[in-house]
Amino acid sequence: MTLTSGRAEVLLQLEHVGERFGAVEVLRDISLTVERGEFVALVGPSGCGKTTLLNLCSGWIQPSAGRVRGPARLRMVFQQDGLFPWLTAGENIRLGLRHLPDEAERRRRSTGLLNLVGLAAFEHHYPHQLSGGMRQRIELARALGGETDLLLMDEPFSSLDYLSRLRMRQELAQLLRDEPRTVLLVTHDIEEAAQLADRVLVLSERPGTIRDEVRLTTPRPRGATQADVVAAVRRILTELGLEPAEEAVAASHHQEPR
Amino acid sequence: MPASPPFRRIPLLALVGPAALVLVWAAIASLRVFPESLFPHPAAVARGLFQEMASGRLLNDVVASLFRVCSGFFLAALLGVPLGLAIGGSVRAREALLPTVNFFRSLSPLAWIPFAVLWFGIGDPSVIFLIFMAAFFPIVLSTVAAVASIPSVYFRVARDLGLEGPALVRDVTLPAIAPQVITALRVTAGLSWLVVVAAEMIAGTDGLGFAVWDARNGLRIDLLGAAMVTIGLIGVVVDRVLLRLTLLPSVRWGYER
Repeated sequence: MTLTSGRAEVLLQLEHVGERFGAVEVLRDISLTVERGEFVALVGPSGCGKTTLLNLCSGWIQPSAGRVRGPARLRMVFQQDGLFPWLTAGENIRLGLRHLPDEAERRRRSTGLLNLVGLAAFEHHYPHQLSGGMRQRIELARALGGETDLLLMDEPFSSLDYLSRLRMRQELAQLLRDEPRTVLLVTHDIEEAAQLADRVLVLSERPGTIRDEVRLTTPRPRGATQADVVAAVRRILTELGLEPAEEAVAASHHQEPR
Repeated sequence: MPASPPFRRIPLLALVGPAALVLVWAAIASLRVFPESLFPHPAAVARGLFQEMASGRLLNDVVASLFRVCSGFFLAALLGVPLGLAIGGSVRAREALLPTVNFFRSLSPLAWIPFAVLWFGIGDPSVIFLIFMAAFFPIVLSTVAAVASIPSVYFRVARDLGLEGPALVRDVTLPAIAPQVITALRVTAGLSWLVVVAAEMIAGTDGLGFAVWDARNGLRIDLLGAAMVTIGLIGVVVDRVLLRLTLLPSVRWGYER
């Protein structure tokens, strides 16, 4: 498992966590650590318990076995429809700023967040008047507004089309440069994980266990066709048995001289 | 953004139905298909309407009926929505109480007329009680259903944002159920308007329902028609007014998906 240096602050720790719902064992013996400032991604086939793992991290459900230690202040970004439909984009963001006692301060900060996601012109629009991509940007802005230690993201871009997803990845990378946060991202999109994360944890099919950990060190934003992203995608696909093994071997040989 | 096709309003299009109705009605009456004593001519009904207006009786009846409907309906909403919130929030409460609420909902409010008269006599309290019995249980049921169907993601977000207790109810639960509750209020307001007529026939000394009964007893079918036209028109106006609630920006989402 991940070795943590003495200095780094551990924000989230799972020790031998298992979860079963009745007869169905969803997760088995999961141990992972997330340090402050890290961007960790969890990938795996659908039904492998990714979302369950995220719900354990947020404290929404309790583990059947093992222990979860997470921060008190965290926020989740949902797949879709996490915005309150009865509030405008601006009001949604300001509800996320309710810890700020001063109304003027909330207004100033919400304007800043709307600018950050490029939707200042849509402050007074309701969610149903926005596109899926816009809604996810607003939800991201609302989550970033909190004084949170940890952002949990549950396939935040999975409801978007491919090109919008590519754009949102770049935007998220830039947002995190401006407003650094610790992130645990759950996704079935391996490319997304490789483009965004410092570490990608690969989950097996149910019952989900961590099968591999891939580290990426190049700075964000990373292109989808960047060499280390492509290599990571290939390694993860191979791990999941979705890429012919010889090709992966040949590719890794090809890359070695560099 | 939902693109709406170009739609040109034709003014007064809604009057086509009433105009056609009055024409057919007048034709049937003029042709003497039915005896004049059983089928009033629209002109006679119009005369009766003006006569009742001029004497002030119509206004008195309208005010009396509206007062009873408003009292019973607001009382039902004021008690029904909070009770629905309480029941809807807990699976156990739903299991324990929903069959009982359903029982009373299925019981025609008119069946309560004898008890209403025995307990409250003839007059306002009886009629208000009957309207309350008609509106209260559907409002409770609709609120329960609305609360039970709130997507859990809203509560998870609320937890992340630190919303709890009264703030949670004010900022999440109530706005989340508002569209469904408004629809339920529209339906029950219509139901109340139906019930007030029946209730006043037996337990009233004035009001539009009493006017219907009084006209029947006096064999004044022109006044009977006048009362019926008034009842229908006010019903339409009440629904139009409540329809405006669904145009509030903060509830539009509930009707557009």
